[in-house]
Amino acid sequence: MPVPTLPPSRPRGRAIATTLLAFLLPALAPFDEGIAADRTLTVYTYESFVSEWGPGPIIKEAFEAKCGDCTVDFVALDSSAGILNRVQLEGENTRADIVLGLDTNLMAIAEDSGLLATAEVDTSGLQLPIEWTSEIFVPYDYGYFAFVYDTEALSTPPSSFDALLAAPDDVRIIIQDPRTSTPGLGLLLWIKAVYGDAAAEVWARLQPRIVTVTKGWSEAYFSLFLNGEAPMVLSYSTSPGYHMAVDETDRWQAAAFEEGHYLQVEVAAALDSSDELPLAREFLAFLTTPPAQSSIPLGNVMYPVVDLGDDLPEAFGRLIEPASVLQLSPEVVRDNRSDWIDEWLDASTR
Amino acid sequence: MAGRVDTLSPSRWWLPGTLALTVVAALTVLPLVAMLMAAGELEPARLLGDPWIGRVIRFSLMQATLSTLFSLVLAIPVALALAHEPRFPGRTALVNLFSLSLVIPTLVAIYGIVAVYGRNGWFNSTLEAIGIEPLALYGLNGILIAHVFFNMPLAARVLLQTLENVPIDEWRLATQLGMTSLSRFRLIEWPCLRAPLTGLAVLIFTLCFTSFAIVMTLGGGPRATTIEVAIYQALRFDFDLPMAVSLALVQLAFCVLLMFVSTLAPETRVLGFNAPGPARRDTGGSANDWRPRFSQSERLTNCLIITLAAAFVLLPLLAMLAASLNGKLMSVLTDPGTLLAIRNTVLAAGIASLLTLALAVGLLLSVRHLRVRRGHDRIGRWLQLAGNVILVLPPVVLGTGLFLLLRPWADVFSLALLLVIVINALMALPFALRIIEAPMMRAARDHDRLLQSLGIQGWNRWRLIDWPLIRRPLGLAVAMAASLSAGDLSAIALFGSERIRTLPLLLYERMGSYRLEEAAVTAGLLLVLCLSLFAILQRLVGGSRA
Repeated sequence: MPVPTLPPSRPRGRAIATTLLAFLLPALAPFDEGIAADRTLTVYTYESFVSEWGPGPIIKEAFEAKCGDCTVDFVALDSSAGILNRVQLEGENTRADIVLGLDTNLMAIAEDSGLLATAEVDTSGLQLPIEWTSEIFVPYDYGYFAFVYDTEALSTPPSSFDALLAAPDDVRIIIQDPRTSTPGLGLLLWIKAVYGDAAAEVWARLQPRIVTVTKGWSEAYFSLFLNGEAPMVLSYSTSPGYHMAVDETDRWQAAAFEEGHYLQVEVAAALDSSDELPLAREFLAFLTTPPAQSSIPLGNVMYPVVDLGDDLPEAFGRLIEPASVLQLSPEVVRDNRSDWIDEWLDASTR
Repeated sequence: MAGRVDTLSPSRWWLPGTLALTVVAALTVLPLVAMLMAAGELEPARLLGDPWIGRVIRFSLMQATLSTLFSLVLAIPVALALAHEPRFPGRTALVNLFSLSLVIPTLVAIYGIVAVYGRNGWFNSTLEAIGIEPLALYGLNGILIAHVFFNMPLAARVLLQTLENVPIDEWRLATQLGMTSLSRFRLIEWPCLRAPLTGLAVLIFTLCFTSFAIVMTLGGGPRATTIEVAIYQALRFDFDLPMAVSLALVQLAFCVLLMFVSTLAPETRVLGFNAPGPARRDTGGSANDWRPRFSQSERLTNCLIITLAAAFVLLPLLAMLAASLNGKLMSVLTDPGTLLAIRNTVLAAGIASLLTLALAVGLLLSVRHLRVRRGHDRIGRWLQLAGNVILVLPPVVLGTGLFLLLRPWADVFSLALLLVIVINALMALPFALRIIEAPMMRAARDHDRLLQSLGIQGWNRWRLIDWPLIRRPLGLAVAMAASLSAGDLSAIALFGSERIRTLPLLLYERMGSYRLEEAAVTAGLLLVLCLSLFAILQRLVGGSRA
């Protein structure tokens, strides 16, 4: 029986371990940059809002400078629905003073929770395509769902849903799943708003054209559309604004549909349980002022809710204008969402 | 340190395993219980009465079974070819890259796979150029390609490691007896490949069964829906806790049942004539003399198999790297945010991988005692399976459960980093267990009696026997755990706040903010980082011959 050769003693191994420890331990500390200030406003929002390039950092800095002794503490959650889930789970014990990043489709459900306070913000002067009546939610940006197309792959895009349904076979689309994605749900409602009871049939006719249905916007736009998997992708009418203003290319444009485009309004609200309710209301009001709004067009790639004048990037003036603005009321969406999803599932898997 | 624990008096054999199991249970079972309690009364009738759920379960089972079959069936020839061609140019690098496919974020993998196999991809363009009907990616094809891309390399890697541990005596015998390739495969290679196959099958099935974004995006439409998607929908979209918990329990039941069945399979032992001896590598250069001789055509086939496998794994990665060489390369690389994210990622991954290692070795020390010394093989294997539980819990359920669990005691957000690290460590545990298991059992089975008679124990035993035998697998496990943590987005997405940015989170944010070229660079950078972490840790822990 052979005896294994003895390994040499290992001072080296120990040295490595010591070095590793010495490297790891002190480095742990700077991870937790504790925040202490007199008044802290905790804002639940979604990831991209607070990313380095999102509106979050600018709004935080501007609001903190304005209020003097307060700190805005953003908590990034995985999605709009994730924000709502979290406050629903926490109930009145929530740490959040503000939820920011719900949209019109979640408004009725959020309101039903009874956790939100009235905003006491005058929204009458805001520039929105619809009349704003909610006393709880403050709109901070809006946009229209639209198909973005690659002008190098498609010279004349379909000019309507009907034209899309009748277009040549190679005019294919990438869409997102209404069960996991905001634009996905937007398309579902868009088709419902245009076709009503015939929506299921339209979905069935649309099937051969759908390359795939992705989990979220990023997979659709980044992994597939930019890889040339289809000439059209479901996105926002404002998406080309970013490409034109920052990437300085006109290659990607939104297709204007004659039936009109479905509106998405993003909103924020204060929590009734907040210890800092007056400050939270101040923040909500601040959201609709030009210092905060100027970060919206290129930060969130949506329309601001106030007239920014010259601060609005020039490219935003070259975006498509919807022939008509489509929207279903938050209550109708709340009451029918589940049935419409089932209808879509049924039509898509027929 | 683990060695010292191993050498505690025999009455304490259960301690390391119990500690490891406690950590695992605290982070998996307890959150589930918290969810159950919050959900209130479950209505199983609602679940069973829904024909859609039935379809979803059937589809999940079908795609997972096929994915597992394809991954394993393809991994065997690849592992054999690699074992037979130790001097294939770039083999070490290739084997390392094999570990990378599993650890890259889904989003990046989808990008690479679409770039190669998509409607406009390299593969279909080539087919088109030579007049062959293009491959339709979206649908079952896409799911299978992606799942094989993730799992075949892992399986091949584990199988290769098993083949490389075939004692030199067996090869010597095979050569002396003049065995044909077929009988060599039947008598030596297959029996040794079979041992890890059951475990691998369970692991891969579980990964594919719970697959989410891959199935949705490449599956072509809602026809391709797994239970995981339904759970996400129930929780996030409908905020229907009872439904989400019921579905999670169904998923758990299927996977636990499968794991249980896998332990009923008789443990395959390598053929009777394998005298315990040092593995081939320990005898140095002379070992090559006993390497079976292969005919020209066999070698050609081997090289062809390796080349195809390399192309399959490398092309999607290359596509991502190619996309990252754009005009934004320099600005991203010099961005302080990128550098900070790299530091955060490396630190978190380093700590998570050490934790994984501690959990894996701790669990296996007790399991080994049960399986090898006490003869309770099955009980030992059940215990070991407990380390896999995390794979079966949907991240969104785990996140919600942990949140419910910790909320009365602590501010969950301030614990975010700790939670991310521990969850990442747990997510890597099944892989680490799979890699270290066989060598640890072997070390005990082959050497226990001799060591006892020689009176070698304690630190000396660890230094002289265990460490040299399991050092290489440990290196592989820690490297894998670290790169897996570095590439993971699911845990950080659950608890992340804007205060800690890792590279995957930065990638996601850049994408969400339309910084698509910057996102591509970040994705390429993440690939390079995962690979470097892998190579460095494997070398550092596994030794220079790793």
